[in-house]
Amino acid sequence: MCKECGCDTDNERTYFGKSDEHSHDHPHDHDHEGTSRTITLEKRVLERNDQLADKNRKWLAERQVMAVNLISSPGSGKTTLLEKTLDALKGKLPCAVIAGDQQTDNDARRLSGKGAPVHQIETKSACHLDARRVGFLLPDAVPAGIRLLFIENVGNLVCPAAFDLGENFKIALLSVTEGEDKPEKYPALFSMSPVVLITKTDLIPHLDWDRDACLDMIRRIRPDAKIIELSAKTGEGMDEWIGYLKQLTT
Amino acid sequence: MHELSLAIDMVAQLEKALVNEGDCAIERVHVLLGVLSGVEPDSFEFCFPVAAEGTRAQGAELVIEKAPVVLLCRECGAESRPEKPAAICQKCLSTKVDIISGREFIVTSMEVS
Repeated sequence: MCKECGCDTDNERTYFGKSDEHSHDHPHDHDHEGTSRTITLEKRVLERNDQLADKNRKWLAERQVMAVNLISSPGSGKTTLLEKTLDALKGKLPCAVIAGDQQTDNDARRLSGKGAPVHQIETKSACHLDARRVGFLLPDAVPAGIRLLFIENVGNLVCPAAFDLGENFKIALLSVTEGEDKPEKYPALFSMSPVVLITKTDLIPHLDWDRDACLDMIRRIRPDAKIIELSAKTGEGMDEWIGYLKQLTT
Repeated sequence: MHELSLAIDMVAQLEKALVNEGDCAIERVHVLLGVLSGVEPDSFEFCFPVAAEGTRAQGAELVIEKAPVVLLCRECGAESRPEKPAAICQKCLSTKVDIISGREFIVTSMEVS
């Protein structure tokens, strides 16, 4: 029972004004004149997105679809990697792609004709995909029989990390041209990504790439990360990547 | 810059929580923001007044409490806070750790009058 007003019914509000410091539960209006009061919320700001992401995850699980959310800087080679990946998996593993970009459907066009349905989300001013946009598209983007869904997020290392889309897990891509300290600069993404792909390894001879430093940095942020080094252009490392994807879906 | 859409979402949550509160204005909003949340405190602070314009949060002060990375070691059981984000127990240097704090993005409370 509240000492100040003597009532004891349920109400979630809590008041902590300086002159009326007490918490209580009552459904009727209650004046605390001349004081401000505190309303306790304890709500995740992304609660709505997270709920929709859980819905997407359930939808995918019911259809036995494994979904991966590919996140990287612009120009790290996501689309080229997906082109080669779809080529390699054609006729072996039914895949689908949802590609996010702020403008244009260039990526979707590059990925089409490879035996996998490809859908584009133009995010316009938004710098990331969110669970609502992906959820809208799922029934069209993932026809019956698909086992693996690639969600190619908008090229950005910061924003997409905050938004759960309902994927099984995130995959971070880091191209060797970006510098080995990216994991330290963008720890949020790398700490959430159990798989890290180091891309464009064919360019290493032209760069001062410190491989050990990069691997060390990834492992500092995410000790259990599976790291695959590859070049979609030369095919180096692609067998390991394709093998990994096949094993994911068996 | 996703902080603007996040600020708009948060203001909508604040307004929703005030539906049955009668005539009042929000004076202060308290947010807990983890360093691994993917949300940049400076950008969020910059976007908040824009999102709040024309709502009951207009003119409100935004107070951001940063939540550091806190690790719980699966080997030695210690809780530790690495200086830089790193998943390494600061006591026994094991990497078998769980991140128990640092990913929060929570609107904890608001003061209204």
